[in-house]
Amino acid sequence: MAPLSSSFIAIISISIVGFYMQFGDCNNGRRVVDNVESDITGFSVPLEHSFEVDDVPRFRARGNIQLKAGRENGVFLSQALLSEKDRSLLKDVAAVDGLYRIRVPRVSLQSDRQTDRQLEGYLTAFIRACSLVESHLSDVITLHTDVSGYLIGVSIVTVPSACRGAEVEDEVDLEIFNTTIGVMAPVNAPAPETALYIEKMEQEMDKKGKPQEQKSFFAKYWYLILGGAVFLMATSSAQPPAGGAREQS
Amino acid sequence: AMAGQLAGFTVSLCLLGFTVAVFEDQVGKFDWRQQFVGEVQFALFDTHSQASKKLLVATEKNIFASLNSRTGELFWRHVDKMGPEGHIDMLLMHGQDAVVVVGNGRLLRSWETTVGGLNWETVLDTGSFQSAAFIGLQDLVKYVAVLKKSAISLHYLSNGHQKWVENLPESDTVQYQTVYSGGNGQVFVLGVVPNSHIVIVEYNIEDGEIMKQNSVAAPWMSSLKSSCVVVGIGVLLCTKMTPILLQVTTTLQFSDVYSRMREQFEFCTSVLKWLMSFFYFLFQSYLVSFATTGEKTVAAVMSPKNETACSINLFSADTGRRLLDTTIIYYMDPNGGKPTKLYVHAFLKKDDSVGYRVLVQTEDLVLNFLQQPGRVVWTREEALADVVTMEMVDLPLTGTQAELEGEFGKKADGLLPMVLKRLSSQLILLQAWLSHLWKLFYDARKPRSHVKNEVTIETLSRDEFNLQKMMVMVTASGKLFGIDSKSGAVLWKKYLENVQPNSVFKLMVQRTTAHFPHPPQCTLLIKDKDTGLGSLYVFNPIFGKKSHISVPALPRPVLQSLLLPLMDQDYAKVLLLIDDQYKVTAFPSTKNVLQQLQEMASSIFFYLVDASQGRLSGFRLRKDLSTELIWEVVIPTEVQKIVGVKGKRANEHVHSQGRVMGDRSVLYKYLNPNLLAVVTESTDSHQERSFVGIFLIDGVTGRIVHEAVQRKARGPVHFVHSENWVVYVYWNTKSRRNEFSVLELFEGMELYNSTVFSSLDRPHPPQVLQQSYIFPSHISTLEATLTEKGITSRHLLVGLPSGAIMSLPKMFLDPRRPEVGSDQSREENLIPYSPEMMIRTEWFINYNQTVSRVRGIYTAPSGLESTCLVVAYGLDIYQTRVYPSKQFDVLKDDYDYVLISSVLLGLFFATMISKRLAEVKLLNRAWR
Repeated sequence: MAPLSSSFIAIISISIVGFYMQFGDCNNGRRVVDNVESDITGFSVPLEHSFEVDDVPRFRARGNIQLKAGRENGVFLSQALLSEKDRSLLKDVAAVDGLYRIRVPRVSLQSDRQTDRQLEGYLTAFIRACSLVESHLSDVITLHTDVSGYLIGVSIVTVPSACRGAEVEDEVDLEIFNTTIGVMAPVNAPAPETALYIEKMEQEMDKKGKPQEQKSFFAKYWYLILGGAVFLMATSSAQPPAGGAREQS
Repeated sequence: AMAGQLAGFTVSLCLLGFTVAVFEDQVGKFDWRQQFVGEVQFALFDTHSQASKKLLVATEKNIFASLNSRTGELFWRHVDKMGPEGHIDMLLMHGQDAVVVVGNGRLLRSWETTVGGLNWETVLDTGSFQSAAFIGLQDLVKYVAVLKKSAISLHYLSNGHQKWVENLPESDTVQYQTVYSGGNGQVFVLGVVPNSHIVIVEYNIEDGEIMKQNSVAAPWMSSLKSSCVVVGIGVLLCTKMTPILLQVTTTLQFSDVYSRMREQFEFCTSVLKWLMSFFYFLFQSYLVSFATTGEKTVAAVMSPKNETACSINLFSADTGRRLLDTTIIYYMDPNGGKPTKLYVHAFLKKDDSVGYRVLVQTEDLVLNFLQQPGRVVWTREEALADVVTMEMVDLPLTGTQAELEGEFGKKADGLLPMVLKRLSSQLILLQAWLSHLWKLFYDARKPRSHVKNEVTIETLSRDEFNLQKMMVMVTASGKLFGIDSKSGAVLWKKYLENVQPNSVFKLMVQRTTAHFPHPPQCTLLIKDKDTGLGSLYVFNPIFGKKSHISVPALPRPVLQSLLLPLMDQDYAKVLLLIDDQYKVTAFPSTKNVLQQLQEMASSIFFYLVDASQGRLSGFRLRKDLSTELIWEVVIPTEVQKIVGVKGKRANEHVHSQGRVMGDRSVLYKYLNPNLLAVVTESTDSHQERSFVGIFLIDGVTGRIVHEAVQRKARGPVHFVHSENWVVYVYWNTKSRRNEFSVLELFEGMELYNSTVFSSLDRPHPPQVLQQSYIFPSHISTLEATLTEKGITSRHLLVGLPSGAIMSLPKMFLDPRRPEVGSDQSREENLIPYSPEMMIRTEWFINYNQTVSRVRGIYTAPSGLESTCLVVAYGLDIYQTRVYPSKQFDVLKDDYDYVLISSVLLGLFFATMISKRLAEVKLLNRAWR
């Protein structure tokens, strides 16, 4: 079943590429895969969450992640308020130390390939429900991509993330998500820094080289010359009396 | 001036001594090496002279070596390339020279066997190698013939030059498999058309012209190689284990062939005569081997005697008669395997009778060399050439120590019994001390050479600093070894039968020796690579005995095993095994354990890696021992594939939480015990586009802590993950060199929660620093040193393909090394950055004791904080100790006790005398 569907998607992708080629900038926003909505500037991915007292995940929509392709920080999250029912459920789940899970579908963030590169399955993450309650729904969601722009993981943390058993009295605190969302792409690991080092070495060489050249013969060997001179003086001062004596005689 | 200072600083740092080299008189004092050759494929005895001790072997590991047949030690050894390129196809020996065909008929080499020097080497034409043989002319061997699938070539033995090469007739239908020369100028090539007939082609030795061509019907024959051997003058003898009757007829037909060809009818009858008596033995024998000495050809036949022993008998190949007084009884090791190969060395005794020695190889790769009447001259454990995994286990306390320990361990049962127990244990101590004194006195009277501290299993006990340990080694053949780390002596061995050759082993120490009177316990998980089905073997690592504990049955493939820090009431750590339906099996699974697991379930997490789908997933244990999926990370396999996942070692201690910086502030380390380092390689191998990916993932929450891509790089990637750092080595495809890269993780200037670490409560991502260096050599393996408390600075142990083990200070792999040194960085002892990492020969911890094909390095802490025990294994095994921060807690060997004590005594007396004098003086003054 799985290979069949993927080949089906591949065929569609070819037709779309052909379509683009024919009609240049005319994009009518075909919706091939229903959970990825594309438009001219970007596309959106559904963010789903689940929190159940029995801890069996039943995911439902939390919001939509708007992604703008090829742009830094081009990600926004639009999400609805938490309903009355959900709020009490969340508190119940927190009371039994249940989990709050989120998931996003596996997609590629490169918008030109979004339709053909929708992969099967989801990426999931979790936090303890109590930490979400105690932080008054302030969470940080990070989408991780690989080098080619595929989503490979999602992570969620709340700030603060500890469960201290603090009671959240005010229902209003649990109504609006205060979410920070970001996309994290892999950083380039540094290669050995040779250019700078060579430059530094050259500078050192220059520094070393110059004073040596400037030093004259006397500056280099002054102590030898001085020593020699002192020695000569000493010997000559010892000899003259004898010489003098001979001269006198 | 600045530069001079800088250079001086660097030099002084280097001088400061990362010198780990040994003194000449320390060679072999703390280290030992054992060299192996692997499973023997060919073995030849030097029959050139009577006094020769040479035994030439060629092995499955592409090694050609010479053993001393008196002691079993290596004279010399040549290690060729791994894989089919270095495979030894054939080994022939003539006089002082050995001719070897290597790499499926790619190379023909001649070696001088006394010192192992290469005489010559010739590259052969391509073609699948079949056989090779010496070709004689007037009883003088001058040529060597190499038979390939479709051609035969003749080479001079003196220089390897080709004399002629000829194509074989009908080589597409006939499988030519044997080449043979009678010794007077002909070359016979034997081929077989399976289950149809045998083809015999005779070539002229001078020009390679076909002299005769013959074919004989042999419908029973499928292959010449497996069951036939040419013995004597043009006789092909075939042994077949299927019915005797057929055997007789087959041999008849075949001798018929030869009689027609060589017109020697009398031979046929002589063969018939002895066949009848011989076949009785052949039918039930294990192994047959032929040897020729002088004019006599003999066959040694090994047949089972009873359950534990085999008998080897010698038969004359001419008459088929059993030679008198030639029986050797071979006793099989109850912890070993059955014999698989037999090699005979026959020689003529003074009275012209035939004497012989045999080399027996068993399933578990033991080489036994026996001589009449059954004495084992030497034994080699060649399974150790292929160590897969190992652990080091502390030795138990001595009986007296244990007695004392036991006294404190047991519950108090009244005052009087306690007093009595104390008295009795004191008595035992006294007794032990007296016997020790007596032994000292006794040994002192004996000449020094006789005093040997033989290590046996009975005398094993922990030394003062826990430097001597038991090395438990698991080999690919399924044989387990217990080796004393001090001497390298094999103290116990156990061959596990029915282990598939492609099994994966995981060795775990469930209970250490610290819990007297409970014996230590190791568990070996054996997993079939194809089916994933696993089994457990539980044993005592000190004595090698199988434990009688009932082991859970594992009907489903095992995906993951997990040793928890939880212990049952008998102090055995709990092992969790996760099967392919994500069900968890606990071992041991007592009530106590299950109860603990239920309580702890919500905080037990584990991860699974499916490299084929690029999927990493996290699970949490439920109270009913089922699991729930809690996180998932999927790295698309179209772009990159996972090549390695490593967590941190469970027994690792980190002494300092942070690093003190130049300005006296503290940079805290990110010490996440659940962190996983995942390394990937790109599927695109183009040198510009290939890359190596490094992911740091929290194993509990699935949070990707860091993600980096090393561009223009490819594997093989070796990496070490420890403390707050990951070091990896890769190949830079653009610059064509090996490079080291180090990642270090820091929490920052403030610690989020200094008392306890929880993956669920660390909201801030760590700061990641990274730096790379050029390394001038390839790398075989990488490991980090480990010490008891983690105070000692860390070194990386790098196994190089040259066989050297290098101890590289971690200090040189520090991403905080500054481009330009400042006062602060100097205060912090940071070495200014230089892109190239030198290999200093004094960093080699194994001086000239190279470890061939090093595959792994195992490190274990000792009782001394300064000392880390190191075992490098590959083809050889090398054990040593390293002192990454020098021996700061040990007095030197040449410490001058006499001087110190005499100075102390002198000072003591001086004070006494001066005190006395002062008193006298005071008294005198008082009188005045």
